[in-house]
Amino acid sequence: METGTIAVKRGMAEMLKGGVIMDVTTPEQAKIAEDAGAVSVMALERVPADIRAEGGVARMSDPEIIQKIMEAVTIPVMAKARIGHFVEAQILEALEIDYIDESEVLTPADELYHINKHQFKVPFVCGARNLGEALRRIGEGAAMIRTKGEAGTGDVVEAVKHIRTVNEEIRKAVNASDEELMTIAKELQAPYELVLEVKKLGRLPVVNFAAGGIATPADAALMMQLGCDGIFVGSGIFKSDNPAARAKAIVEATTHYQDFKLLAEVSKGIGSAMRGIHVGTMKDEAKIAKRGW
Amino acid sequence: MKIGVLALQGAVREHCNSLRACGVEPVEVQYMFQLSEIGGLIIPGGESTTVGKLLVRHKMLEVLTDMGRDGFPIFGTCTGLILLAKEISGSQQPRLNLMDITVERNAFGRQIASFERDLAIPEIGEADFHAIFIRAPYIVKVGAGVRVLAKIDDKILLVRQQNLLAAAFHPELTTDLRIHQYFIRICADRP
Repeated sequence: METGTIAVKRGMAEMLKGGVIMDVTTPEQAKIAEDAGAVSVMALERVPADIRAEGGVARMSDPEIIQKIMEAVTIPVMAKARIGHFVEAQILEALEIDYIDESEVLTPADELYHINKHQFKVPFVCGARNLGEALRRIGEGAAMIRTKGEAGTGDVVEAVKHIRTVNEEIRKAVNASDEELMTIAKELQAPYELVLEVKKLGRLPVVNFAAGGIATPADAALMMQLGCDGIFVGSGIFKSDNPAARAKAIVEATTHYQDFKLLAEVSKGIGSAMRGIHVGTMKDEAKIAKRGW
Repeated sequence: MKIGVLALQGAVREHCNSLRACGVEPVEVQYMFQLSEIGGLIIPGGESTTVGKLLVRHKMLEVLTDMGRDGFPIFGTCTGLILLAKEISGSQQPRLNLMDITVERNAFGRQIASFERDLAIPEIGEADFHAIFIRAPYIVKVGAGVRVLAKIDDKILLVRQQNLLAAAFHPELTTDLRIHQYFIRICADRP
């Protein structure tokens, strides 16, 4: 019997496909998310919009908060560690968290290196803005990828940019001749073997979710139609008027992303979305997605 | 014959690939009307509370229960096994309520305890089946009409009750097609 294998790590993400993973900060919120049909929750002290507003150093959440959330629901629970902070990851593994997000939403702990994720039995999800970044994370052992988007803004524009970039670069690799692939790997700054795998599969070798700015059922369906395997909603639910109704609507929209009548129906009467920040007006140094390398 | 894969949430793509590899055309089932086009249905791995809620919201739960009682073949893996059960330990979550089994969810523990190992399944052949278990359930008790096809110690992992088949693990994550072929035969043999 073998635990912590690539098959069980990547397989876990396969089981989340077509689902919505919601940021929660209390056991009560976790219950609301589970009742709405979330496939998993991300246990946090503060949602990204608050991290952005309050500033300071954002770290791994208090283990007590994480444990209370783990006790409140039967669905899998994820938590975030800082980029490069392998001790936070060790602590999360000791808590038996189901998935670790090595996340740019927290303040990075290492300016050069991400965590060596192969050393852990608990699987990791990491953010990416393009194919090269996604394949570097997979090379380090990530079993799941998400777009970075721009967390805590409620503006979907960056998540769209990131999935479109990944898709475009995958198409380029798929259509390339064999002798072109090493140069493509060089340009992407990605491991050659993983570029070969992308060409063979026509997609990333792991599940790829959307994250960073999804605030409405239409946003979720947009990301699904662009080819994402599922959705992370961070601040979008519990910073809105009616979290329970919005959470349920986003779950429906993620499943039936091509059913436009249903999308119209579920978008009705769910109150106002989070107010948000237009990414185009933000200074470059305020952007979280630039963190990570 | 076409076989459906319930496509509300979970590892839909993998089951479709396995069916194609067996030479059967898969249908991703999201709506009730599609149920008349297929000779059997696979309920894939995913999150059982999510899939159960979506089945209720789309009024498919009762329809599938009636079809299952009438002999329509259904194969559940992991989440699918949970949804086929009559009893889920400590849970009132929606289910199809078809198989005389009592299921324990996340019975081996959280994701850190997920594992792979070889399993003896004499019903599908002599060679062991390499089984992948992810936050897997197992069956603690079966009724009289249920045949146990695989287990580890007293943990029951693969069962058949006439037209219904349920696995605690994920044959769709491996290239061994024997369990899919076994289900396809159940669909083909249906009178």
